[in-house]
Amino acid sequence: MIPGLAILFCFLAVGEGAGRLAGIPVPGSVLGMLLLAAALRLGLLPAESVQAAADALLDNLSLLFVPAGVGLMLYFDLPARDWLAVLAALVPSTFLVLAAVGWVQQLLERPGRAEG
Amino acid sequence: MLEPSPVLSVAATLVVFAGARALYRRSRFFLLNPVLLSVAVLIAALSLTRVPYDSYMKGGEVIQFFLAPAVVALGLPLYRQLRRLSRAVLPILASTAVGSLVGVLSAVLPAGLLGASPALIASLAPKSVTTPIAIGVSEILGGLPPLTAAVVIATGILGAVLGPPFLKAIGVRSPTAFGLAMGAASHGIGTARAVEEGELAGAASGLAIGLNGALTALAAPWLVRLSLALLGLP
Repeated sequence: MIPGLAILFCFLAVGEGAGRLAGIPVPGSVLGMLLLAAALRLGLLPAESVQAAADALLDNLSLLFVPAGVGLMLYFDLPARDWLAVLAALVPSTFLVLAAVGWVQQLLERPGRAEG
Repeated sequence: MLEPSPVLSVAATLVVFAGARALYRRSRFFLLNPVLLSVAVLIAALSLTRVPYDSYMKGGEVIQFFLAPAVVALGLPLYRQLRRLSRAVLPILASTAVGSLVGVLSAVLPAGLLGASPALIASLAPKSVTTPIAIGVSEILGGLPPLTAAVVIATGILGAVLGPPFLKAIGVRSPTAFGLAMGAASHGIGTARAVEEGELAGAASGLAIGLNGALTALAAPWLVRLSLALLGLP
């Protein structure tokens, strides 16, 4: 578990450094995810080395969003007019994005090849 | 005004989340989503005990700290599913590009129509992308980063709770399509839910966070300008 955690933090550090150097608008953690997948693909390290740590974090991914979610309490006193705009911007849009991405992907995938 | 120790905040968060997850696993009722339930219970507890959010966050930050390495860990399912995902590179790029476009326009246009201020519109535009990107986009557009952080979280919870039954109802059966939709609409919180549906859905969802985030960061300034022009706003 600890060697795996060490590897994940090293890729995070490299991802953060690379993002800063390249000036790209993608967070270091997302770059680290892509770099880790690339390193595994190239056989630079075995998948088993990060397995236990990755499973422990991913099995509890939801928990890690709870503190930020509690931050919603800071916005309960938004003016009613703003609330209406916020709800109108969030609710229909979330369903539209789900439908657009889900449908387009399913339509373009070749059935039976990309697990359509 | 109470000042709980960080240890108490961490303990409360873990206890509440463990309870919420046990309840969800037993009931399998989508509205008892562990994030939604935990957030509601903790907000109620903080309000009743008059503990300010900043005091709670001294412990909350400790938990949140592990979010970044957890996103890196998504590289493992991504690697494992690389072969299947690489057969659909063009569909994946196309669907996430459509998702990014729809995500910004369908947020900005209704808010603009309802007379939201330019700062509020800018804060809402990047609501579907992961928090660090959303905050960057919001800043560039003249939005309020803390408000953006809140709408991003709200969007994440909304999609994580209602996304799976909705996608099933509209006939999205491909695990890749399911994962991409969850990641594109609801970033990491949607991905945390997609991971539960299997490795392919989880890997696709993690990939969608990155693709949607990058595309939105590049396109949002133009999309917001286009929307404001359509609405006849400055």
